[in-house]
Amino acid sequence: MLIDFFFTLKDAKIPVTIKEFLTLLEAMEKNLIGQSMDDFYFLARLAMVKDEAHYDKFDRAFAQYFKGINGAFETDSAIPLDWLLKRMARELTPEQKAALEKFGYDKLMDRLTELLKEQKERHEGGGKWIGTGGTSPFGNGGTNPEGIRIGGAGGNRTAVKVWEQRAFKDYDAERELGTRNIKVALRRLRKFAREGAEDELALDATIRATASNAGYLDIKMQPERKNKIKVLMLLDVGGSMDDHIARTEELFSAAKTEFKNMEFFYFHNCVYDYLWKNNRRRNAERFPTWDILRKYPADTKLIFVGDATMSPYEVLQPGGSVEYNNEEAGAEWLARFCHAFPKFVWLNPEPEGVWQYRQSISVIKQIMNNRMFPLTIDGLERGMRLLSK
Amino acid sequence: MHSNPHSPHAPAPRFEGSDSYVATADLKLAVNAALTLQRPLLIKGEPGTGKTMLAEEVAAALDMPLMQWHIKSTTKAQQGLYEYDAVSRLRDSQLGDERVRDISNYIVKGVLWQAFTAPEPVVLLIDEIDKADIEFPNDLLRELDRMEFYVYETREMVTAVHRPLVIITSNNEKELPDAFLRRCFFHYIKFPDKDTMEQIVKVHYPTLKQDLLAQALQSFYEVRDVPGLKKKPSTSEFLDWLKLLLAEDIGPEALRGKDTKSVVPPLHGALLKNEQDVHLFERLVYMSRTNR
Repeated sequence: MLIDFFFTLKDAKIPVTIKEFLTLLEAMEKNLIGQSMDDFYFLARLAMVKDEAHYDKFDRAFAQYFKGINGAFETDSAIPLDWLLKRMARELTPEQKAALEKFGYDKLMDRLTELLKEQKERHEGGGKWIGTGGTSPFGNGGTNPEGIRIGGAGGNRTAVKVWEQRAFKDYDAERELGTRNIKVALRRLRKFAREGAEDELALDATIRATASNAGYLDIKMQPERKNKIKVLMLLDVGGSMDDHIARTEELFSAAKTEFKNMEFFYFHNCVYDYLWKNNRRRNAERFPTWDILRKYPADTKLIFVGDATMSPYEVLQPGGSVEYNNEEAGAEWLARFCHAFPKFVWLNPEPEGVWQYRQSISVIKQIMNNRMFPLTIDGLERGMRLLSK
Repeated sequence: MHSNPHSPHAPAPRFEGSDSYVATADLKLAVNAALTLQRPLLIKGEPGTGKTMLAEEVAAALDMPLMQWHIKSTTKAQQGLYEYDAVSRLRDSQLGDERVRDISNYIVKGVLWQAFTAPEPVVLLIDEIDKADIEFPNDLLRELDRMEFYVYETREMVTAVHRPLVIITSNNEKELPDAFLRRCFFHYIKFPDKDTMEQIVKVHYPTLKQDLLAQALQSFYEVRDVPGLKKKPSTSEFLDWLKLLLAEDIGPEALRGKDTKSVVPPLHGALLKNEQDVHLFERLVYMSRTNR
């Protein structure tokens, strides 16, 4: 019962489990809802869909599954006769009404219920079954003067169903890379250490100290656990990165709050001899890259953020930098970074699909040993997972 | 209701909304399903849509006591169960207090323990579960499922006498783990449409004049529709704004703004809480008015 419904949902990529399905059946057994389709929709959604991002998929799968059955479901409860009469009176011409009277309403109703039981699927054109565009007495869009319209896109008969309204369409769109989502991904990068002021009770140490103190209480304190990971972030600014400013900003602010020890520097297109901290003063206040390479310990996690989009000669040739004349090629500097900090990743705001079409991206990706990830939640997760190993 | 709602032969209690809280049909169904099937109910929604209020209203409507556990970022799952006050015990042992011999004197019961051992069924609100550490919901799986947990210090198993109705709210700051989601019913409170909003306002301000309400509703939804807002104003902010408008005696004409020099709705500080949002809104309104 409803097993096909369950599998329809599964096919629509909604993460449903058998347990939830059984819960739904249990709920129906307890008569929680009446005969209404809307109530069933709400109950099924309540039991099977656990994230509003899947609500739209659910709406579509629900509409698809119950489309053909829509008519049958509602005519299960008998169609009130006077309603039928009113409908027909509105739709038919006087001749047709006369033709109908000949047949007799009761007989029509009996035939209808019989047919509904026999018919299993939607039907189009044809003379016997309930369907559309045909000549049988039942269905819609047909030409039988004795016909009764069933189902179909109706203005009065079938109001737009709750799930057809697609109210949750916006929630299903690619999840926005909000700052909080980024923080969650960045949180994978953890290395807890106890450093700083000692303000937490160390229970084990206290017990040990008290015991060795012949039972006189000797309280030992320890500093609180904090995330002591060291992160060095190098960001590409200017030029082609302007398109990605919003996302990079979010990443930056999330990283700054998440990693207490984060150092950041800017570069343009590729790393060369100098990096800077303040973009406006990049000609006056520069930090020689060699200093940075030597200053930070080897276990620092290195994160490049850049679109790696430039002419290939900017990476591969000496003098390729657009800022000044550099003696060594950008590729060499990149290699030095990778050597000095073996734990590194490159985050690229450009979508992963374009990477193969841009030569500079492939070049840099290769230098980086394929440790390049897109700047999406998924890419971040993968990158952080790799970094934390 | 004259019959005791908790006796085994009475009809099961149902939630039908209350006078001071407007609940849509799917929300009522969600609460009733959680009640009947005795599963936790996870509520998500935009901030300010009445998630926390729901638990209070359900408790009041069903005449059940409400226990609240407001989660912070430092909350650990163990704190909801119980805490072992080791320092007091050490101190008492120094003073030679007799209570030291029984460890259960130093077990401080947490909210879940109190909810499980309450003499009648309660409503347990776990508020803002996504604030805590990422693994926090996983630490509560067994407790939510079986409504029981084991106390290591006293070697006893605490089981729920009556299963509490657990209502969990989340602001969607974090993804909740799948194993946790499987065990709950989930409901998303959509932002109310105009009609529902009208009902909500009528509940809070029954004497509000119709034309002011209509104009305020329109301005409110217009503000919400401005693209690029960092934080859209929510229901509770709308109600606060109405309160201010009433207090300052601002009429619907001021909201329409054709006669006034100001370009943004008055007292917009109640609606737009972000400097950037205010600037953005002012710029947009100014641009649209000069283009006319």
